[in-house]
Amino acid sequence: MKTGAFQRVMFAIYIAIFFLYLLGPLAVMGVSSFNTSQYPQVWPFEGFTLSWFSDLFADQDMMYGLQMSVWIGLLVVAISVPVGLAGAIVMTQIQPRIRSTYYLVVVSPVLTPGIIIGISTVVFWRQFTGVTGTRFLYDGVVLTVLGQASFISAYCMLIILARLQRFDRAQEEAALDLGASYPQVFRHILLPFLKPALFSAGVLAFLSSFENYNTTTFSILADKTLTTVLAGRVRQGSTPAISALAVMIVAATLAGALVYEVVKRRADAAAARRQRAAIAAEETELSGDAGAVLA
Amino acid sequence: MSGPGGIALVFGLPIAVAFIFFALAAYERRMGIATGPGFFQRNGMAIGLYLVIAVSFWAFFIILLPQLAMVDMSFRPKLPPSQMGGPKDLYTLENYRYFLFGSTTSTEEWNWLHIKAFFLTIGASVAITLLNFAICYPLAFHMAQSATAARLRVLLLLLIIPYWVNEILRAFAFRVLLSSGGIINQMLMGVGAVNEPIDFLGADVGLYMGLSYAYLLMMIFPLYNAIESLDRNQIEAARDLGAPWWHIHAFVVMPHAKPGIASGCTLVFMLTAGALAAPLVLGGPRTLWFTPIVYDRFYQAFNWPQGAAYAFILLVSCIVFVLVVLKVFRLSLGEITR
Repeated sequence: MKTGAFQRVMFAIYIAIFFLYLLGPLAVMGVSSFNTSQYPQVWPFEGFTLSWFSDLFADQDMMYGLQMSVWIGLLVVAISVPVGLAGAIVMTQIQPRIRSTYYLVVVSPVLTPGIIIGISTVVFWRQFTGVTGTRFLYDGVVLTVLGQASFISAYCMLIILARLQRFDRAQEEAALDLGASYPQVFRHILLPFLKPALFSAGVLAFLSSFENYNTTTFSILADKTLTTVLAGRVRQGSTPAISALAVMIVAATLAGALVYEVVKRRADAAAARRQRAAIAAEETELSGDAGAVLA
Repeated sequence: MSGPGGIALVFGLPIAVAFIFFALAAYERRMGIATGPGFFQRNGMAIGLYLVIAVSFWAFFIILLPQLAMVDMSFRPKLPPSQMGGPKDLYTLENYRYFLFGSTTSTEEWNWLHIKAFFLTIGASVAITLLNFAICYPLAFHMAQSATAARLRVLLLLLIIPYWVNEILRAFAFRVLLSSGGIINQMLMGVGAVNEPIDFLGADVGLYMGLSYAYLLMMIFPLYNAIESLDRNQIEAARDLGAPWWHIHAFVVMPHAKPGIASGCTLVFMLTAGALAAPLVLGGPRTLWFTPIVYDRFYQAFNWPQGAAYAFILLVSCIVFVLVVLKVFRLSLGEITR
């Protein structure tokens, strides 16, 4: 009994230290963004201010970078989700003997260090655009979207694949037997079934693109995104405005996560309601039949 | 990969692979192995084309050909654009020679600066991987085997919150924490443990903490998933048979969770060895992580072939390391990417 209590105390201490390590730095950063001190610090707390937030909005480079990041994120979603969808569908149809090779190729970007993806993208497209005379494609935004799409498409594929594996092929066959064409089956059966996975893949793709640094710093060339601007700032020295940015990102993602949760709960509730209604309808029909038989 | 040979490769490779696919399919059909409808029959023309174009664009133009181009470039000399594809554009090992000897011609002195940074990076990445395993294992075990559902949700939420902030900002947080005027130094001086602030950043404490912090989640989740699938009765049985707690972990839990352990360790190792943000923000003036050196080859020295060679060295050593680990633990690649 005694050892049990001792173990519990030890474990509680471990958990406390673990979460102090995990959340402590963020808390420090959060507090420092409201401190009037010129240098980001918590103690001594010289006075409460919101001026670091207004500094942030007045910062032209940051705002430009933010705009670029959002733009690139949307383009990456537009490429990665369809490509990931195609990758997942092909995975379920490909012959078993080449499936493992195919899997290795398309999953490899997930395990490749980000800087290598960035470098190889820049090297290849510089030569490709030079040789084929499409120099206008050799542009920071284009390259960043291509570089990020390599591994983000793989994330999307894995998410979509997980749902696709639960797809009942019989639904597709039933639709075909009833005279639907292949594009109709794809449009009206497969896509609606995959919709939740496509949505999560899109959200994840945007977030991964938005916060990517390792690949972007190589492929962005002379342009900039929020993370590359930020990296430059942090290297030069630190101001509490950067802490303020972190606070805002946490707040924004928190809001996004809450909205997502609410939407998802509503959808789940609606689905549950439909199912209940269907079951109820079936039951009344059955009892009606039974009544008819008895009569 | 410049000149007509390059173009032939760029357009030839996808076509060649597609041809092999079709030949294989035709062969199987003739032998009566294949069953079911063909690809275009099954998907219809429009969707079939979409699938083929999307997947081959991704596999070839975004994944394979860029990697080939990088490897190809790493074996070429640095030339002004006008001479590319000209008579001087021959395959050479000089970029790799530079990594070893710090010169493209002489082999008299070793390039200790870069070689040391390379081995330091690999060694430190191994150390950080082991450290993260040690930090995360107890929590993952608790989450998977003894936490209640409500508690588990709270723990998961707490774990994920820090990762909503990007890598640069996380590294920045450590800088705020550990700087000479930071709260840790203030506290140490407040209780009188030290008179002068300690230079944590110069001593690379910040770098290692930041790196370990950055990839904690990549360790926790594979561990959690692997341990979660273990039947609790097995632990109960071992306990009833009188096994001490460390026996249970060493001989029951860990063998079961081996694929999860390997996948967590692989992810953390790869990410740490390839990390760029934390070394740039937290690296002390004296240490060199390998990735900033690669970066400098590109955008300070503007020597792209050399940068490509350095990147290739990093990639190959990561792959070799992971394969060795898999061999030692007798696992297949499929088991860890699951």
